[in-house]
Amino acid sequence: MDMFILQMFNGLSISSILLLIALGLAVTFGLMNVINMAHGELIMIGAYATYVTQNLFMSYAPAAWFGAYFIVALPIAFIVAALIGWLLEVVLIRHLYGRPLDSLLATWGVGMMLQQLARTIFGAPNVGVSSPAWLNGGLAISDGIVFPYKRIFIIALVAVVLLCMYLYIYRTSSGRRMRAVMQNRSMAGCLGISTRRVDGMTFAIGSGIAGIAGCALTLIGPIGPSLGTYYIVDAFMVVVLGGVGKLVGTVCGALGIGMFNTLFETYTSASIGKVLVFVCIVAFLQWKPRGLVAMRTRSLD
Amino acid sequence: MSALLKTGSLKMRIIWAVVLIMMCLAPLISTEFRLSLLAKFLALAILAIGLDLIWGYGGVLSLGHGVFFGLGGYAMAMYLKLQASGATLPDFMGWSGLSGLPWFWEPFRSFPVALLLGIALPALLAFALGWFTFRNRITGVYFTILTQALVLIMVTLFVGKQEWTGGTNGITGYNSIFGFTLHSAGTTIALYYITLAVLVIAYVLCRRMVNSRFGQVLEAARDGENRVRFLGYDPAGYKTLAFAFSGALAGIAGMLFVLQVGIISPSMMGIVPSIEMVLWVALGGRGTLIGAVIGAVVLNAAKTGISEAYPEGWLFVIGGLFVTVVLFMPNGIVGVYRHVVRLLKRRGESAHVQVTREKPEVY
Repeated sequence: MDMFILQMFNGLSISSILLLIALGLAVTFGLMNVINMAHGELIMIGAYATYVTQNLFMSYAPAAWFGAYFIVALPIAFIVAALIGWLLEVVLIRHLYGRPLDSLLATWGVGMMLQQLARTIFGAPNVGVSSPAWLNGGLAISDGIVFPYKRIFIIALVAVVLLCMYLYIYRTSSGRRMRAVMQNRSMAGCLGISTRRVDGMTFAIGSGIAGIAGCALTLIGPIGPSLGTYYIVDAFMVVVLGGVGKLVGTVCGALGIGMFNTLFETYTSASIGKVLVFVCIVAFLQWKPRGLVAMRTRSLD
Repeated sequence: MSALLKTGSLKMRIIWAVVLIMMCLAPLISTEFRLSLLAKFLALAILAIGLDLIWGYGGVLSLGHGVFFGLGGYAMAMYLKLQASGATLPDFMGWSGLSGLPWFWEPFRSFPVALLLGIALPALLAFALGWFTFRNRITGVYFTILTQALVLIMVTLFVGKQEWTGGTNGITGYNSIFGFTLHSAGTTIALYYITLAVLVIAYVLCRRMVNSRFGQVLEAARDGENRVRFLGYDPAGYKTLAFAFSGALAGIAGMLFVLQVGIISPSMMGIVPSIEMVLWVALGGRGTLIGAVIGAVVLNAAKTGISEAYPEGWLFVIGGLFVTVVLFMPNGIVGVYRHVVRLLKRRGESAHVQVTREKPEVY
């Protein structure tokens, strides 16, 4: 039983990270019909931003302040990734709207160049980020069940980001414009919404969330130039499973994949577990080809 | 061969004949090392033709061809390994603590069966994936992402089941087939001619296929799937068959590749090689078949050259190529060539020549 609870907690923790990564993808995919394969590299940028912040704190700040670096690193990771994402949108993605497969290839190229760039700047080997002291240790629920603070922190962080996204998309006028563009671009444009600006902003927000995900990943393990590629395919599966266009679909997709992955891997092995998850996803798509929660539309492609 | 010469105008036929003769004479003028490189590129071109068939003509982008390539490669490597090991167990199985040969290794003792399985396994896997997705109208990006996930799980599986597949190292340590050493001069030349012949046959088959009714329905489904459906065709069936055929070609390419290089490992079927394969087709020109061959040979030659001289640079080059091809030359090298030819013709003749539109871009 202890084992089961612990596995469920691990599954939840993996789900939350997948959710954080898939959120940005779902937003850009749903809004602009663009597949951003460089999303993984934006995660990497967020992780390296955290690494740089840590090093700056080590060199210039008093030792007593070191514990605070992670709190500072979060917004920095968000801003750096968002800026680079925005730049990417202005220079490249803008020309690829409505051409998902082309955008997939082009952004894959960008991702490769960013990886190589990171390898040139920071070196090919992984670097470690030491997590702040206040995140070490864990919460003991009972004998044998300890929830590490780091994982709890990540789950809480994801919950906060999710809440902010919800409030932004459904409770602000800027979020309403975003939804309007998502549902009917030309009609939204006719009503005076600058779709250009909405696109740029949405892409920046999605990229910023990837940056936060990268920041969170530094708590789990060492970071390297190919950090993002480990997660990107799983994150896309979340989007496919959850369906495009609704926040709740992404949440369900992430929970489903994260939980089943952990469960299957516990009771079989890591490699067989992955196969089972894939088979389940394909089987599920037989039943709901558009994903769990799909936006209703009467359009014919 | 005669089927090949039947296609196109007289001028094209002459060009084809000249190219073929030059390719046949290549062993006379090139060193053994370069010949074996060329044979390797030609093997990869077979895969590129299949990928172009499904992407350029079917409008379905597969990032999973590394898996089909790998399955073919592993089938051939398993046969060679069993031959090299003789009566004993393949070495890596012993290291992983296996005492007997797994049952599914047994069929690979026979060359014809291994050959058949190397074609049938990838074709069946492609057929199954196509059947379960196309039938439910899961197309476009969704399908592409599924194929990418397929690559990921296959690589995880092949690395994880070390006692069956040799793990990260793959299957190595064999260097002869039918008693001939793989790297001897005679074998290199023979392999080159075999690869060339298979490539020509694959090209002719695919050319016939896209010119037939089958190819026309496939192309129609690419441009307007619903209209094809309204006309009473089932696009899913056509796409599934094309995808399975494409998988079979990738398997053949994998088998020939293993014979050229003498190793197969999960890193050759991973996500990065799979997407590089797509770039061969994109750079050469999708929807042209010959573009796929050109792209595969040119890019692999470039890769060999660049990574020798400047190993760090290859990723920058390939990344930049992806962006350039998508933004500036969506029809690839063949598209640029056609564009230039048209410009020259228009300048040479009159200003009233009607410009026929390029093929619509494939999304």
